[in-house]
Amino acid sequence: MLQRRDYSLTGFDAKRAVHNGLAQANWYTCPLNRQELKVLVRRRNGPAIRDTLIWLSAMCVCGALVVHFWGRWMALPFFAAYGMLYGSASDSRWHECVHGTAFKTDWMNDAVYLIACVMILREPTVWRWSHARHHTDTLIVGRDPEIAYPRPTNVAGLFLDFFAIRATAATLHKLALHASGRLTVDEQTFIPETEHRHVYLAARVGLCLLAALIVVCIAAGSLLPAMLVGLPTLYGAGLDFFFSTTQHAGLAEDVLDHRLNSRTVYMNPVFRFLYWNMNYHVEHHLFPMVPFHALPRLHAAAKDFLPPPYPSCWAAYREIIPALARQRTDPTWFVVRPLPHSADSEPKRPAAVALTSGA
Amino acid sequence: MDAMKLNRWTAACGAEDIGAEDVIRFDHDGHGYAIYRTADDRYFATDGLCTHEQALLTDGLVAGCIIECPKHNGRFDFTTGKAKRRPACIDLKTYAVKVESGTVFVLLA
Repeated sequence: MLQRRDYSLTGFDAKRAVHNGLAQANWYTCPLNRQELKVLVRRRNGPAIRDTLIWLSAMCVCGALVVHFWGRWMALPFFAAYGMLYGSASDSRWHECVHGTAFKTDWMNDAVYLIACVMILREPTVWRWSHARHHTDTLIVGRDPEIAYPRPTNVAGLFLDFFAIRATAATLHKLALHASGRLTVDEQTFIPETEHRHVYLAARVGLCLLAALIVVCIAAGSLLPAMLVGLPTLYGAGLDFFFSTTQHAGLAEDVLDHRLNSRTVYMNPVFRFLYWNMNYHVEHHLFPMVPFHALPRLHAAAKDFLPPPYPSCWAAYREIIPALARQRTDPTWFVVRPLPHSADSEPKRPAAVALTSGA
Repeated sequence: MDAMKLNRWTAACGAEDIGAEDVIRFDHDGHGYAIYRTADDRYFATDGLCTHEQALLTDGLVAGCIIECPKHNGRFDFTTGKAKRRPACIDLKTYAVKVESGTVFVLLA
């Protein structure tokens, strides 16, 4: 009999997390110098504008070639490239913009966030709050709504996730629920009441957009419009699955240290462009204020306090695949990350103290 | 009356203890405050914890008149306390500040 945990946000493990002091707890903080950090968190528009233009231009070119070769085998490689840019690269854009760190100018963050939400089929308000909770209670069972690999491992589910089938089915179900003015019980735990109306409005707009897409396909008598908008979320999801799996899969649950439940993996420049440096995932969780373009420098500054990074995706997957396989039959097992002996867990920056009282 | 009013001004830190466009923490009577200095040497004070999930704002980033929470990137205008970016939705409490003889005083009402 496998020991199963309750990953819902209102069940037994949710209560246990609160009881054990794991909810909204104090996490390990990396003792970086304040002045150094101030430089790293500095916002810029340039890198994100450059990357966004390259990303959207590449999509336009691939999309044009898809249309040109539509109906022929020659269209397939361009579908693959288009899908990867649409259904996978959009995840990291979504992620960086939900933090508001991609651009210095905030409306640009919001604009790219909404575009990416459409591409990856995520409801903007729901996921904004879900991700805030993920950062508060990362991999705390019963608290984190974004645990992608609950134990025991569901192998069939992983294959479905390669094509975002489970996520898409869940989103379609929730769009209908939200459009009717309701939230799930879990969502009610992390979305404040003042935001509910935004959830309902976005769901209604989302359903209208989906209906419009179906009408366009019927009017055109072709599946091509949906192959360019909508379906790439599914057929283009594989690379995002490949990247995102490296973040937390197989690592410890219920620990208050991102060094133990997250991975930093070295990736090549093309992957880092597509993934917007989210391969520096330990660093991102420790310092969510640091924008994607500064994460390599943050990694260099913090690495003495962190476990050794994985030298490649291959190295990461050599650990992840056996770990997920083992967790299929032993849900209590997890990968233990080595912490550096010299790691200082205390922040170096002292608090100011009152000089005197009364003037 | 004046004496009572004056007594509520509490010395928090030296004016030069805070770098330009930065923030430091000030604890008094079990309550945490954040003291800000803008790039043009104006000083402000707010409660020290984010209204979203009680993270220390003093570990956050000051940019112009905005303080960004280090945990979820919620933002506030620290001159008014107004919440400017979700997940921060509830405004911060602000306090009057004055600088005299190189010391920053906060009016703890």
